[in-house]
Amino acid sequence: MKQKMWKWASLLPLSLLLLLSGCSENMLVLQPKGPVAKTQYDLIMWSIGFMLLIIVVVFVLFTVVLVRYREKPGRDNYEPPEEEGNTLLEIVWTAIPILIVTALAVPTVKATFALEKPSQKSVKPLTIHVTAANWKWIFSYPEQNIETVNYVNIPEDVPVKFKLTSVGPMSSFWVPQLGGQKYAMDGMETELFLEADEPGSYMGRNANFTGKDFTHMEFEVVAQTKDDFNKWVKEVQQTAPKLSKGKYETILKPGLVGRMTFSNTHLEWIDHAKQNSHHMGKTEEHSENTKHHEGMDMEHHSH
Amino acid sequence: MKWSEFFVTGEPLIYAADVSIVLTMIGIVFVLTYFKKWKWLWNEWLTTVDHKKIGVMYIISAVLMLFRGGVDALLMRAQLTAPNMKFLDSQHYNEIFTTHGTIMILFMAMPFIIGLMNIVVPLQIGARDVAYPYLNAISFWLFFVGAMLFNIAFVIGGSPDAGWTAYFPLAGNEFSPGVGNNYYAVALQISGIGTLMTGINFLVTILKMRAPGMTLMRMPMFTWTILITCVLIIFAFPVLTVALALMTFDRLFDTQFFTMANGGMSMLWANLFWIWGHPEVYIVILPSFGIFSEVVSTFARKRLFGYKAMVYSIVGIAFLSFIVWVHHFFTMGAGAAVNSFFSITTMAIAVPTGVKIFNWLFTLRKGRIRFTTAMLWSLAFIPNFVIGGVTGVMLAMAAADYQYHNSYFLIAHFHYVLIAGTVFACFAGLHYWYPKMFGHILNERLGKWTFWLFMIGFNICFFPMYFLGLMGMTRRMYTYSAGLGWTPLNVVASVGAALMGIGFIVLCYNIYYSARYGERDMTGDPWDGRTLEWATSSPVAHYNFAVIPEVKDLDAYWEMKKSGKGFEIDEEKLKPIHMPSNSGRPFLISIAFFFAGFGLVFKWFTLAIIAAVFIILGLILRSFDDDDGYYISVDEIKRTERLTGKGA
Ligand code: HEM
Ligand SMILES: [Cu+2]
Ligand SMILES: [Cu+2]
Repeated sequence: MKQKMWKWASLLPLSLLLLLSGCSENMLVLQPKGPVAKTQYDLIMWSIGFMLLIIVVVFVLFTVVLVRYREKPGRDNYEPPEEEGNTLLEIVWTAIPILIVTALAVPTVKATFALEKPSQKSVKPLTIHVTAANWKWIFSYPEQNIETVNYVNIPEDVPVKFKLTSVGPMSSFWVPQLGGQKYAMDGMETELFLEADEPGSYMGRNANFTGKDFTHMEFEVVAQTKDDFNKWVKEVQQTAPKLSKGKYETILKPGLVGRMTFSNTHLEWIDHAKQNSHHMGKTEEHSENTKHHEGMDMEHHSH
Repeated sequence: MKWSEFFVTGEPLIYAADVSIVLTMIGIVFVLTYFKKWKWLWNEWLTTVDHKKIGVMYIISAVLMLFRGGVDALLMRAQLTAPNMKFLDSQHYNEIFTTHGTIMILFMAMPFIIGLMNIVVPLQIGARDVAYPYLNAISFWLFFVGAMLFNIAFVIGGSPDAGWTAYFPLAGNEFSPGVGNNYYAVALQISGIGTLMTGINFLVTILKMRAPGMTLMRMPMFTWTILITCVLIIFAFPVLTVALALMTFDRLFDTQFFTMANGGMSMLWANLFWIWGHPEVYIVILPSFGIFSEVVSTFARKRLFGYKAMVYSIVGIAFLSFIVWVHHFFTMGAGAAVNSFFSITTMAIAVPTGVKIFNWLFTLRKGRIRFTTAMLWSLAFIPNFVIGGVTGVMLAMAAADYQYHNSYFLIAHFHYVLIAGTVFACFAGLHYWYPKMFGHILNERLGKWTFWLFMIGFNICFFPMYFLGLMGMTRRMYTYSAGLGWTPLNVVASVGAALMGIGFIVLCYNIYYSARYGERDMTGDPWDGRTLEWATSSPVAHYNFAVIPEVKDLDAYWEMKKSGKGFEIDEEKLKPIHMPSNSGRPFLISIAFFFAGFGLVFKWFTLAIIAAVFIILGLILRSFDDDDGYYISVDEIKRTERLTGKGA
């Protein structure tokens, strides 16, 4: 009876696995659409192989030991031997984990270094500045001189260098199908290379908690063919409105906003990575800076 | 400040909580008065310096906090069961996951472990109390008032809502106005001081108070893990103390240590937090390893396999646990070299951990395994913890972690290690040592019901979360939309959580049921134990051992039984036993700490200063205190020993 229960219990993860096969098409991390995500996918799969091996070995040993050495009629008087240990065995089960860890560490280190650089050398990366603010994402294309909010278009097969910063709490920029995340921090700049190898729409979100509307801080990455992308850039440059300082201040106010497109960038007057956004100073709003440091009124923080 | 700001208003759930808190308090006062128990409460509990009673109080508090944290968990699961639920709004959800995380780790796992170590360690090493009994009482009461202070936040002033990690700048005044995070800073500080003193106390106890013959390499494995844990506490907790102090300055006096302005460094907080935080998770897991070692070897009827390797591996794990903290923020962009270093150190922990797993398996091999409730928890630990462990190694691989970080994959991983590691161990230890605390055994049938409900529920709840993570669901989301395909697994997870809840209810019923009808343990050794705590009576006499035992082997009591003598007490050799006196001061000082803390939270500095004066007064009175305890007479010892059936 007990034995059956045990077997059943150890089957549990497996049955869940079956249940999951139905949902596998939603497993974004396992559906890479670019070289960065692909590198990570390969690493993940490599590690899962070893992990399953370890799980199988331990589970089998565990089951065998429990079944063989449980107290059962006929074994009531069995007196277990007093063993202290076994040096040879202990060396074996120290050495094997060391080998496994090495087998995992080598590709990990390689991948970690590789992800710091664009995945191809021949193509010049596209630079996009990303500014996280409560609770929206602002994308500035300095070379194209355009800016978008809550969505970002990129050309396929071109490495994109995202320069991340934040106004306020630390956010994390994550597009599971294109690659792992990186933090965006106030007054600092971090870099993340991503690349899409087919046109499509990819979900992106803030992965690091930033307060009230953090859950809704999503964006869409739209990968286009190079032609479509260039067409889009031209169109934006010609038709989109200009972003003014005043407008920018309103966008930064805590809250949710829809998608927006502009034919210039806020980098013209401020780069939050270089300047502490907190003391952007010159803008009108901060004339009441003194007030801020007396009272803790939330209103002020609408910069 | 207006009353409407002082008391949290506007939420039906909160009003219900208000009412139940008031009713419970009235209920407690009524019962104590009606049964004339005030004096008993004061003499037996509030003023006690007995390590066993202090341990029991720790465990009772931990179970209460498990209830609180569990209710938080169920509320979160309710909200996440279906997409776009309106059960909790984001503010409320944020407060709940913050209090859930903080309470579960600091006010549930820690005190549960510390409670068990209070009860067991002096008994295992053949001592009559800890090195500093008075300090021990202060430790407990500081933890207790810290926990209470944290717990009243949700009805008075508002709960913290920046996550249990309280990252800056989010947790600063700018983005978290209000008193919520003041509670976090002050309550954790108060209870943290208590924990630090516990670490010192038990380090000294283990090093100085072992029975004659108990060399370091003859110490029971649980005692070994506690010794190492104390070292971890002593090195890690001061970091938390400093970090929280700086946070308090930032929040109360507008200093700029962690803010964005004037050279503040928010990443400094993250570093300090995790320099404490990672050792902290080992502070709750190493003792768990110790508990499993004791239980497994008792119920396999075998000596622990590879004792020495076990000792070396805990020392190794403890050392490594201080050089891995960056794995909590690989995504900060510290560079490939830094990330690679911390990746490797983290993966290295898998080696000594693997050694331990195989040693447990080989302890079981050739044994005669009895499936008691305590043993079931310990056995279930092995496969479940391995799942948590291997996914931990996956998280340690920096490049891959960029995809898992902050997702439900992480949530699944740390619940697999914290629940299958620490919570299973607490339950195993509770069932195993229960007779030592209360003199009766917890009902095995009900115990097994709890086990199966909770263990199966746990897997149903958390296993799907690995996949939710791979689907892109991030932690701390209060809702999600239907189109993402996350619904089925979230429903499954919530069903599992409900099963765990039912398991917990059965456990509570078991405690009640066993107190009324439970089998009394007349022998003091209900499980055929191996270590010295089983040489005492159940419940343990006030002075633990009438004569201090002499230790000749690793499994000291087993050796006594095998050599046919058992632990005999020669009445001729009895001497009066010196014991420390009770004192009400630790309790009163801690009450003063509570008010000082409360004053700081609300920036009512007059209150804080008055309370601080009382604290200092308490310390001064202590230094002029020349009460150096009392003696228990030989006659009384004889009487007690005969009553409990242990004496000749
Ligand atoms: C009783 C069953 C439990 C359930 C159903 C449960 C469920 C959850 C859920 C749903 C979250 C929040 C996920 C999110 O929105 O980010 C969470 C977070 C957390 N849990 Fe649990 N949990 C349980 C037990 C525990 C235990 C025993 C511990 C520790 C010993 C623990 C430690 C934590 C921590 C540290 C967090 C992170 C909080 C934060 O993000 O600040 N949980 N848990
Ligand atoms: Cu400001
Ligand atoms: Cu860690």
